Amino acid sequence: MHKLKAITPLGRTEPKTDNFTGLSITENPARALATLTARLGHETACTAQVSAFIGCDLPGPGKSVVGETYGAIWIAPSSWMIEADHTGHELIAQELKPVAGETASVVEQTDAWCRFDITGSAADDLFERLCNVDVRAMNSDTATRTTIHHIGCYLWCRKAGFEYSVLGPRSSAGSLHHALVEVAQAVCPV
Amino acid sequence: MIIDHPLLGPRDAQEFVYLGDATLIDRPDWQAENAAEAFHDYLYLRDNPAGEHRELWYHEQGDRSWLVVTRNTLTHEITSVELARDVARARGRGR
Repeated sequence: MHKLKAITPLGRTEPKTDNFTGLSITENPARALATLTARLGHETACTAQVSAFIGCDLPGPGKSVVGETYGAIWIAPSSWMIEADHTGHELIAQELKPVAGETASVVEQTDAWCRFDITGSAADDLFERLCNVDVRAMNSDTATRTTIHHIGCYLWCRKAGFEYSVLGPRSSAGSLHHALVEVAQAVCPV
Repeated sequence: MIIDHPLLGPRDAQEFVYLGDATLIDRPDWQAENAAEAFHDYLYLRDNPAGEHRELWYHEQGDRSWLVVTRNTLTHEITSVELARDVARARGRGR
């Protein structure tokens, strides 16, 4: 067996945290991801079966939900990103597929994305400079796709005005992190 | 330009990709007698109105849905935005 060592999207052994006055940016590699897309004509069955399994209703357009174990983000009509803790649910796609059966297609997404958790009172100032989302109008538990630094990302508002997560393509983790940190330096007084 | 997405609300046009005339939804029956002629018209003949125009837009930097946008080509005023799949189904396309 090879002695392989997992690295974070930024290529480190430990997740990186950047702290600013009123803001922190933390790399979060601890979530497993999979997309769930209901097949044509099976939308109702898919929603019912998967909602029962994850313990919360799959959210509607623009919304997200966080349950005890699983979370879900609406990403497209009849399509969701499902997330759970990586340690216990690394095979999240294999957990979901038997539940959804023929009603949906499930695609493993864990290593396709990097995630940065942004917390602090300056979060709105940060994102209104980084993307064209009306971030101050975002309610808690909503998510939207947007472009940050020419990178297509999901902006997930977990707690309005204070707690956000950004999901971006893992291969662009460095560029996305650079954009977040650079703007954070500009908006947060030293 | 702002496109009022039926599910997500007003979104900047830079998030979208423009495809073209919404009559692309009306793909001819390839088994029909006059299929060759119908496909010629379908592929090559387009109206080019100075005024109201129905066109397909793709929300690439968003929820990846196709929209049918009714836009006035003179003023750029957008009067209606529908999900293309709803439009297609209303015309008996898809399953």
